[in-house]
Amino acid sequence: MNLAVNNTSLFLAAMLVLVALGISLWQKLGLDRDIVIGVVRAVVQLFIVGYLLKYIFRVNNLWLTLAMMGFIIFNAAWNAKKRGPGIDHALAISLLAIFVSTGVTLGVLVLSGAIKFVPSQMIPISGMIASNSMVAIGLAYRSLNSQFHDQRQGVLERLALGAGLLDASIAIVREAIRTGMSPTIDSAKTVGLVSLPGMMSGLIFAGVDPVRAIKYQIMVTFMLLSATSLGSIIACYLAYRNFYNEQKQLK
Amino acid sequence: MNSLISLEKVNYQIADQHILHDVDWQIPAGAHITLTGPSGGGKSTLLRIIAAMISKTSGTLIFDGQPIESYDPIMYRRQVSYCFQQPTLFGETVADNLAFPYQIRKQVMDTQRVVTALNNVGLSERTLHQPIIELSGGERQRVALIRNILFLPKVLLLDEVTAGLDENNKQIVHAWLRQLNEQDHVTTIMITHDATEIDAADQLAKVVAGRLEVHA
Repeated sequence: MNLAVNNTSLFLAAMLVLVALGISLWQKLGLDRDIVIGVVRAVVQLFIVGYLLKYIFRVNNLWLTLAMMGFIIFNAAWNAKKRGPGIDHALAISLLAIFVSTGVTLGVLVLSGAIKFVPSQMIPISGMIASNSMVAIGLAYRSLNSQFHDQRQGVLERLALGAGLLDASIAIVREAIRTGMSPTIDSAKTVGLVSLPGMMSGLIFAGVDPVRAIKYQIMVTFMLLSATSLGSIIACYLAYRNFYNEQKQLK
Repeated sequence: MNSLISLEKVNYQIADQHILHDVDWQIPAGAHITLTGPSGGGKSTLLRIIAAMISKTSGTLIFDGQPIESYDPIMYRRQVSYCFQQPTLFGETVADNLAFPYQIRKQVMDTQRVVTALNNVGLSERTLHQPIIELSGGERQRVALIRNILFLPKVLLLDEVTAGLDENNKQIVHAWLRQLNEQDHVTTIMITHDATEIDAADQLAKVVAGRLEVHA
């Protein structure tokens, strides 16, 4: 292994923060406070996570691993919910969507033997899947909100013609699912050409042969497609009804 | 007289705005009614309540012997069909719009019937595959009207649908509406300010400041 970040080098690298601070002060951006808070939070959170993961990996207990995955999924749902203001039950919907998308994707990866059910693989992969599903769902919520606002007249006309709620919303639902999935599809197209993504970079850093590292990245590309499509479709199909009242009228 | 629709003490309020006051209205089956009154008086609100697009705040609305609440709103709207003033067409082509009433009933578009309907309002078969962005305002309005009657409703609620039409097209739409009313027995209620349309009605109703006046 050729990993060489020690406390001294980390301390010296902290000078990079001074660059950001300097720019903020010099250009009067007023970001200095946020930079300090951001840096302190990042350091504290990562140290806690580092020690926590070290402990969880060492005890290698099924329930502890599942609890940590549950914690990740809940946090992802909580953050997705915040992007859907005005959507009732957004937390429950997000929780179900992220739980199913993460569960199905992980299930396929484990059953196919791509990863093993050990905490050092399950937890980081759960985090990657849940966070991408979270972003997709958040984008889908925003799209639903803006489309139901902008295309109000079209929805009203469909309802007036006697359309059911799904028939009146299907164009909007489809577009929202598409919006949720498109960043993943776009990044699948440019992977390796623009950026060397985290999974692959990490493995290469740790001294793994790049040809083996890309296999993991290919797996990641597959799993993110599955996670974002499942997350978006579940969230959209459960959320669109929220835009109507009990009398099947547009709110 | 047998009322198809009957309203009793219907009120509509949003927050502290009282838009309709104690509306009582008997609408006989097969009638052709015009609804007039100053803008902002509550005409469209009244039609939208009858169309189940919004719900009254209080009072009773009976349709075909049953209170409106006892119907599934979707099925109700297929019988009491509302056509908007300045409607938007959806999808890409005219066909997308005219196929919609069939789609929601899980049926295949009856092209023969659609073409006949287009001809009835002075549009040709060629219109069917025209992109909606190429249509004039008057053509859009007529396509929108056809959407509402491909499956004949019992009641057709028309919100100033002829306001954007030129005199010639207005005549075509009038003749077509008269035929719907007289031959197909569709009860029509039409918001209008047009003197000819007002004269042609069986019943003239007027909404002024949220109150309804009916003249037989």
